[in-house]
Amino acid sequence: MELSSEDNNLTEKFLPPIEQESDVELETKVKKYLRGEGANLETLKDKKLKTQLASREKLYGKSAKTAAKIEKWLLPAEAGYLETDGLEKTWRVKQTDIANEVDLLSSRNQYDIVLPDFGPYKLDFTASGRHMIAGGRKGHLALVDMMSMNLIKEIQVKETVRDVAFLHNEQFFAAAQKKYAYIYGRDGTELHCLKERGPVARLRFLKNHFLLASVNKSGQLHYQDVTYGGMVASIRTGKGRTDVMEVNPYNGVVALGHSGGTVTMWKPTSQAPLVQMQCHPGPVSSVAFHPNGHLMATSGKERKLKIWDLRKFEEIQTIHGFHAKTLSFSQKGLLAAGTGSFVQILGDSSGSSSSHNYSRYMNHSMVKGYQIEKLMFRPYEDVIGIGHSMGWSSILIPGSGEPNFDSWVANPFETSKQRREKEVHLLLDKLPPETIMLDPSKIGAMKPSRRKEKPSRGEIEAEKEVAIEAAKSTELKKKTKGRNKPSKRTKKKKEMVENAKRTFPEQGHNNTASKKRRIGEDAAAELPASLKRFARKN
Amino acid sequence: MKIKTLSRSVDEYTRERSQDLQRVFHNFDPSLRPMEKAVEYKRALTAAKLEKIFARPFVGAMDGHRDGVSCMAKNPNYLKGIFSASMDGDIRLWDISSRRTVCQFPGHQGAVRGLTVSTDGNVLVSCGTDCTVRLWKVPRPTLEDSSVSSENFIEPAAEYVWKNAFWAVDHQFEGELFATAGAQLEIWNHNRASPVQSFQWGTDSVISVRFNPGEPDILATSASDRSITIYDLRMSSAARRIIMMTKTNSIAWNPMEPMNLTAANEDGSCYSFDGRKMDEAKCVHKDHVSAVMDIDFSPTGREFVTGSYDRSVRIFPYNGGHSREIYHTKRMQRVFCVKYSCDATYVLSGSDDTNLRLWKAKASEQLGVILPREQKKHEYNEAVKNRYKHLPEVKRIVRHRHLPKPIYKALGIIRTVNDSKRRKEDRRRAHSAPGTIVTKPLRQRRIIKEVE
Repeated sequence: MELSSEDNNLTEKFLPPIEQESDVELETKVKKYLRGEGANLETLKDKKLKTQLASREKLYGKSAKTAAKIEKWLLPAEAGYLETDGLEKTWRVKQTDIANEVDLLSSRNQYDIVLPDFGPYKLDFTASGRHMIAGGRKGHLALVDMMSMNLIKEIQVKETVRDVAFLHNEQFFAAAQKKYAYIYGRDGTELHCLKERGPVARLRFLKNHFLLASVNKSGQLHYQDVTYGGMVASIRTGKGRTDVMEVNPYNGVVALGHSGGTVTMWKPTSQAPLVQMQCHPGPVSSVAFHPNGHLMATSGKERKLKIWDLRKFEEIQTIHGFHAKTLSFSQKGLLAAGTGSFVQILGDSSGSSSSHNYSRYMNHSMVKGYQIEKLMFRPYEDVIGIGHSMGWSSILIPGSGEPNFDSWVANPFETSKQRREKEVHLLLDKLPPETIMLDPSKIGAMKPSRRKEKPSRGEIEAEKEVAIEAAKSTELKKKTKGRNKPSKRTKKKKEMVENAKRTFPEQGHNNTASKKRRIGEDAAAELPASLKRFARKN
Repeated sequence: MKIKTLSRSVDEYTRERSQDLQRVFHNFDPSLRPMEKAVEYKRALTAAKLEKIFARPFVGAMDGHRDGVSCMAKNPNYLKGIFSASMDGDIRLWDISSRRTVCQFPGHQGAVRGLTVSTDGNVLVSCGTDCTVRLWKVPRPTLEDSSVSSENFIEPAAEYVWKNAFWAVDHQFEGELFATAGAQLEIWNHNRASPVQSFQWGTDSVISVRFNPGEPDILATSASDRSITIYDLRMSSAARRIIMMTKTNSIAWNPMEPMNLTAANEDGSCYSFDGRKMDEAKCVHKDHVSAVMDIDFSPTGREFVTGSYDRSVRIFPYNGGHSREIYHTKRMQRVFCVKYSCDATYVLSGSDDTNLRLWKAKASEQLGVILPREQKKHEYNEAVKNRYKHLPEVKRIVRHRHLPKPIYKALGIIRTVNDSKRRKEDRRRAHSAPGTIVTKPLRQRRIIKEVE
């Protein structure tokens, strides 16, 4: 008995180096699952609360460790990779070389579908990557099952189609057509015509909130809840026409890129933008968000690609040389940029999460004359879908997709029963639009103890404009029996506008109040000593 | 050059035969789940709403007594049965599952004030205002009992007459002695016709008595001179004694922490004490607006139920100042006795309107056999609701209880009275020299002194 305990002590002291390294690896994984720092319990004086919180922190540590161990040992698949030896560079590897090296199933994912008649194609994938909708500018809509390469339904709407987007699953998709946006079912029947929005330039769906966001030709942003059809918000951005709109998957915030080079971020519950960033000297061509929510890539017409850190709103990196018409981030953080008929994939060469350094990873040039319209990485696969002027293609990018999916989040092998159940669960977990905020982890956290903060001047102005517009656009009842004189009507309308303005007090009042106070203080200094106790004390 | 791309074969990820279960794959990476806190908040809101939808605590009423129910006793060996006694001397044994009387124990001439069962479940002891203590032999429950519709009448096994009316009785755990409360505290043995031991202090009568579940020789009593006394039978005198501002109607020991006891007081609060150190209450449980008549602990020791003169039954956590739950009905009048069932699932209340009522301890609990998946979902809902119960929307739903109008108004009046007292106290302190005005905490304020 004693000998074995001595042996145990020895093994504890002299761990082999591989095991020590894996401990470090496990530590980083545990940090990921802990989701932030633990609370500082030393400052608590209440002993009962302290012990309760300490036991809870212990439980969090245990669960994070178990999750890290599961990630290390129990996940079924491993990520793809492309490693070159010695002098060969990764961006010189062509798709044909890749096709020679990989298995048959993967090489089926490389193809070009040529449809020259129907114009540049836009694509969208479902969350599980199984279905794709392709919309050609001249009116061709095609719903494809990517795993079996089966065309489920194709329709010709005989109008220009500017954008397509899936709703929560492959049963519904939305198409932005010439005058209005339409929602179609899986079998091609037109379900809804969304007239309120006007001619839509871009459509995006916020999955957790069931909101269909769109920006139309006059620069108005609309949010509509597709479960009951109500328009949650329609915001006049005031920045003119734009067709660059992307959704940040981390927090549900919509970013618009404008022709002045600014990128503005919006949430449905406020009329003023959350953030305005001056990104480029010229118009912004495209915006893309990293799935972790910290990185944003923007490209401008001055042939620069900039990578921004969204926590500090600072520029991390600029890449010169080409004008990227379309950008897309993959699940693993690879950035795809498309210009003309050339696709460039950039990868993060530094492994750490704090500093990023994007450099060339792979290239692909298509047949000259194919103008790339949209790039989108397919979820959970090492594939990127390219929509271009002659149809759509798909090429292999090793290391871009997440290898292990979670059946409860997105299941590419879903049966119809599972899909129906998932739809019900998604609806039960539908988030109210008020939960869209820049930092979604603030929900449930302690509010910083401040006095109620006044909304900023810009916000107040925006709200005022909306209220005045609403007052102006109300229709007055048409009175009869000689009471409907035009002079009275105009007077009534003016009165309504004045009432709307009155709820927003003048901004200039603050200055006068502070001036008065200063006068009072000066006067107090001039008073004789015997009267000083009557001076107004503040 | 090494290249590998993801390729999933359909066989690995789908089931082989249609009789197999579907395959489920997990990846707990937080980056796959954006906005997880918002989703959890939404689930907490839904869980709180569902809990309110399924909250149906009232199970049934047991009708049969002809006068108000004065006391109840539970048999720890037999979950289904409960004894109850009324103000006209009627003692019954009920079968809770069918809510019917199994047998009656007639004999008392006046009100029955105390009922208790011996630990082995064979002997029922009752005492009343007719100065008698009666011992009854409890019939063994057999399978035929549930089918028998006629009620049996049992003769008392023994009947002891004494000098004064009795107010309460309690049986020793794992012993042969039982104690009665009357003009004095008397200790009896089953076989003797007169008390074995007798304690007296002053001239006031003893109102309630309770033996400690952990230490069989220790018992706590409360007297009409507003005192709580702890006696040790081996010592022949009182061990501890405190005098409070108002009298204590009932006492209960915590079965999981036998040194702690909780006293149900006339001023509407319950005071939890550590039996070893009685000069300060450990916790004050305040929510009743009128006198608390009876108190009983759950066998888990984590909650206790109280019945009050204000026609409501409340369930308190053992260490919390406010009630977790309130039960009330228009038909339920003054509640005189409450019991927590021995499986911690039900609460019984006996009230002035001659009915015994059966309530669920957790109002939205699903009774019966639950599938493991259902159980997991219930646990998840409970956990996510507890995590977000401080957020205003969720708190509003979780806290909401409909109160009967008299209780609601009385609570409002109590709040204004307390606020004004506190404001006056604050002003006095602000306008006097610092340190002259010292407020005692509520845990000490209601205790006048500790004697001996």
